[in-house]
Amino acid sequence: MKFDRDARRRVFNWIVGVLCFLCVVAALVPLLSILYTAFINGGHVLSLSFLVSKENNVGVCFPGDPASCSVGGIGPALYGTGVVVGLASLMSVPVGVLSGIYLSEYGRNALGRSISFFTDVMTGTPSIVVGLFVYATFVYIARTVVFSALSGAVALAIIMVPTITRTTEEGLRLVPNTLREGAYALGIPRYRAVLQIVLSSGRSIVVTGVVLAVMRAAGEVAPLLVTAFGSSLGFTGVNEPAGLLGPLIFFDATGGSSLLVSAAWGASLVLILLMLGISLLARIALRNRFK
Amino acid sequence: MLGEPLTRNNVNHDGAPSKMVVEGLSAFYGSKKAVSGVSLGFREHTVTAIIGPSGCGKSTLIRCLNRMHEVVPGTRIEGRVLLDGEDIYRQDRVSVRRRIGMVFQKPNPFPTMSVYDNVAAGLRLNGMRKRAVLDAAVTKGLKQAALWDEVKENVYGPGIGLSGGQQQRLCIARALAIEPEVVLMDEPCSALDPIATAKIEDLIFDLQKTYTVVIVTHNMQQAARVAEYTAFMYLGELIEYDRTEKLFEQPTQKLTENYITGRFG
Repeated sequence: MKFDRDARRRVFNWIVGVLCFLCVVAALVPLLSILYTAFINGGHVLSLSFLVSKENNVGVCFPGDPASCSVGGIGPALYGTGVVVGLASLMSVPVGVLSGIYLSEYGRNALGRSISFFTDVMTGTPSIVVGLFVYATFVYIARTVVFSALSGAVALAIIMVPTITRTTEEGLRLVPNTLREGAYALGIPRYRAVLQIVLSSGRSIVVTGVVLAVMRAAGEVAPLLVTAFGSSLGFTGVNEPAGLLGPLIFFDATGGSSLLVSAAWGASLVLILLMLGISLLARIALRNRFK
Repeated sequence: MLGEPLTRNNVNHDGAPSKMVVEGLSAFYGSKKAVSGVSLGFREHTVTAIIGPSGCGKSTLIRCLNRMHEVVPGTRIEGRVLLDGEDIYRQDRVSVRRRIGMVFQKPNPFPTMSVYDNVAAGLRLNGMRKRAVLDAAVTKGLKQAALWDEVKENVYGPGIGLSGGQQQRLCIARALAIEPEVVLMDEPCSALDPIATAKIEDLIFDLQKTYTVVIVTHNMQQAARVAEYTAFMYLGELIEYDRTEKLFEQPTQKLTENYITGRFG
């Protein structure tokens, strides 16, 4: 019955292959659908002026006032997103990467394991909770209600750190021990071996983690509503409220005006394309210079 | 016990001095004893081979010679390891490793670095910035490792783009570039084909003009080809240590004879 067994194996192999393919399709359908819907509803508002001009924060078209009848733009929010996410990255990337290095290279002990555990918990913490925590902290320090770009950046940084930490840790753990030994055998001090051999060998995963964290932060809404709040001027100072794309999409989409809804779709499309661009740039930058 | 270890283990190198001396060395992984009371000396400018069946402690012994076994958590040693008469365990381990280089079983070039950067890594990461010094060290290292002619057109190409045998010679060049006094090799040919192995063996033989070489191998023919002295280890103990021809032709210990005649191991 040798033939039967071979035939069964081939059929089984085929079924598993088809199942895998169907799962890929199932995973891609919502993704492509989002991209498609964003294009259909927001594609027509895209233009250079949409990217740079001010927001239409009225949303009611007065026939005598052409500005009020335009869809407006997202220039300030785009700028605000860049600055606040940039500030958040300045705070979170060093902390996240260094924690990841600690966990992978020095943290094989009870302290390291508990940090790892709490980092996982942090990854799963709802971002609104982080936002409220930062809000409460700033209010406590200032003794008054504060909405500011700085508090928004701190909230985003807290959301970014665990992702960066864990991916850095995982990435560095994948670097073979033989490379560490090779470095030690050359009389290279441990910190230099870690920074210049291990980190450089695992850099693609570290950068992937940073990019993931940046993308997540750039799309956040909830924690920003209680921290940076919103501003039609984008970023005007660390102690001023700041407008970002996420909250803009939220406010415009719920603004009850078809003009604002169009702007929200346009902003969503820009956000998606921006993330795509960042991902692509990271890939190009990481391409092994020898390939 | 296996007789009087000191007289048997301490080969008098025909009056020549030992570059390194191991005295009553025992090495432990946690509570497991991997090397047990080994004493021997490695003659200067000579290749010494350590042979024995898998798990006999030969790799652990060689890793104790430049404190590489300390990389594994939970290890400790008893006894002394002397380099030029001074205990390396009483010195800074990073500086010890600059004097006692090591080449590993599998070639491990740094994957993000070019051939040049690989060879320069030891100097560079110890703070050397002068381009001329680095250039000279890289050229010298690659020449000593008999790799120069094959890579001179492409020293800025990737280290991992080389063949397995070339990668291993690159690792040897990398170890030589920091000008160590002793070169330890832990089964350096076990991942290579016979042609690449022959090249590395020739190279090892030449290295003894400049360096003191200790090589661990499970290949007895290799020991016979490259080493002037050979040590045979079994179950963590040093069984016999002698001139290579003597050890292979007239072993004094029954265990050695059984091993080299293929009766076990």
